[in-house]
Amino acid sequence: MSDSASEAGIIAGPCIVVDRVSKLYGKCTVLDQVCLEVRKGEIFGLLGPSGSGKTTLVRLITGLDVPNAGNVELLGEPMPQLSMLARIGYMAQSDALYGELTARENLAFFASLYGMKGAGLAKRINEAAELVNLSGELGKQVALFSGGMKRRLSLAVALMHEPEVLVLDEPTVGIDPVLRKSIWQELDGLRKQGVTVLVTTHVMDEADKCDRLAMIRDGRVIAAGSPDELKLATGSASMEEAFVAYGGGVQ
Amino acid sequence: MRIRSLALRIVRQIVKDKRTLALMLIAPLLVLTLMKFVFDGQSVNPRVGIVDYPHQIVAALASTGADISEFSDEDSAMRALEHDDLDALVSIRDGQPHVLLEGSSPTKNRNVMSALQEALEPFRPEEFKLSVAFAHGSGDLNIFDYYGSVLVGFFSFFFVFLIAGVSFLRERTTGTLARLLATPLRRWEIVAGYLLGFGIFTLLQATLIAWYSTGVLGIALEGSMFMVLIMNLLLAIAALTLGTLLSAYAQNEFQIFQFIPLVIIPQIFFAGLIELDSMPEWLQALGHALPLYYGSAALRDIMLRGAGWSEVWSDALALCCFSLAFAALNVAALRKHRRI
Repeated sequence: MSDSASEAGIIAGPCIVVDRVSKLYGKCTVLDQVCLEVRKGEIFGLLGPSGSGKTTLVRLITGLDVPNAGNVELLGEPMPQLSMLARIGYMAQSDALYGELTARENLAFFASLYGMKGAGLAKRINEAAELVNLSGELGKQVALFSGGMKRRLSLAVALMHEPEVLVLDEPTVGIDPVLRKSIWQELDGLRKQGVTVLVTTHVMDEADKCDRLAMIRDGRVIAAGSPDELKLATGSASMEEAFVAYGGGVQ
Repeated sequence: MRIRSLALRIVRQIVKDKRTLALMLIAPLLVLTLMKFVFDGQSVNPRVGIVDYPHQIVAALASTGADISEFSDEDSAMRALEHDDLDALVSIRDGQPHVLLEGSSPTKNRNVMSALQEALEPFRPEEFKLSVAFAHGSGDLNIFDYYGSVLVGFFSFFFVFLIAGVSFLRERTTGTLARLLATPLRRWEIVAGYLLGFGIFTLLQATLIAWYSTGVLGIALEGSMFMVLIMNLLLAIAALTLGTLLSAYAQNEFQIFQFIPLVIIPQIFFAGLIELDSMPEWLQALGHALPLYYGSAALRDIMLRGAGWSEVWSDALALCCFSLAFAALNVAALRKHRRI
């Protein structure tokens, strides 16, 4: 049980349930009988090397794709469902912004797809920009942004409609340590507001910051639990050692 | 509402991207202008060598504008022909008028023959003389009027195809499509948004091309400007839906350009630049499967024959069906990126 989640006073129930999910592309099995449960109001990490099936799993959870076998439930609703997309904030690996437009126009456009408009929209743009520290840059064309600024704006886009579940695919790839730290602080703040955060990463020391995590290797969950549990069970000092102990290392 | 947001965003993007805007609005005008100068060049007078020929016929030939050189014997004339100083040699052989064409250029051959026919016309017996009149257009309808009516449609089609294809592809390669699909936006709403956003520019482009080609370049316009505009717009929308559909099957911009020789160039052949009746039947049938065939036929009928709605409605219907089919296929193709 995650201490920080209970501190925040969140009723811990299942937010995401993945039940014996398999996914095949052609003859290639990308996910094999994956089971996991993410509780409300926790930061849940999917840890695994690239190509292990993290992104595919995330796509199944958000309802962008359908599994060949098994079920996915989100906030008690079976996925995929179009209406559920309004309750998810999704940030893919690429920044996915329109370079010709200003930061404000990007935020306004994506928010309008969730039906936001008028004064509420303008207020939310300022809030989201403040959250990622881009208040002063809203009028700037995104093409002129640095990589880190784009990443932050991308996160702000995912936060615009105040989703209950935030799904981030490798949010800190290609980002300097200072910015990486600020993004994790941001996620921590969101969790305190009751947002459930699902984050994929292949960086072992980031996994330590999650409340709980699942280790994925070759489309299978090889271990799940809190970072301390996983380290304790394997007698490892670091996540990396634990990962290797569970058979996640190079075979 | 969401469709409007999407369309508005596309408009904003294009307005800020000056080069794309220029390619869509200015480039067709530039190419059309260039075409006018290319086709409107002075017709080159045929150079005809004459050996020992009746004087009144030589005079008549000279009056058609032919460039005449007289030779005393056939050998020296032959040498001039070999040196490319003559396009044809006219002489009397065995008591019969005889023409020897240089032969390497079809255009020059035709010029020589039409000059000769024109020169000989007054010498025909009265009962064989032809009286010529025009049901549509007039004798001064030149080749640019004919090709122009085809090209007006073609340029709308080509530039809209390119821009719509590339921008929909970029939506995918930059990951914004995945982001759009992670919102509650429906797949058909994305296609509709694109149609509306780009539709505004295609309307602008169609108007500009129609006005410029008839008003400024002076391409013949027998029918109504409004009809030209409507057909041009329908053609551009077919290009828009086809471009966005095909972009689903391209991995990058380069692969979009690979569709040009496959999808665009063949359509030119069926647009009326080449006489369709001269093609084998199976090839003519293929033409009926291409949007540009209908668009060009309708534009030609309107601009050169003054056709009205009653004559071109079937072409308009065909274009609408193409657009609908392409759009529907595109909605289906988006399933690859989101299953619902």
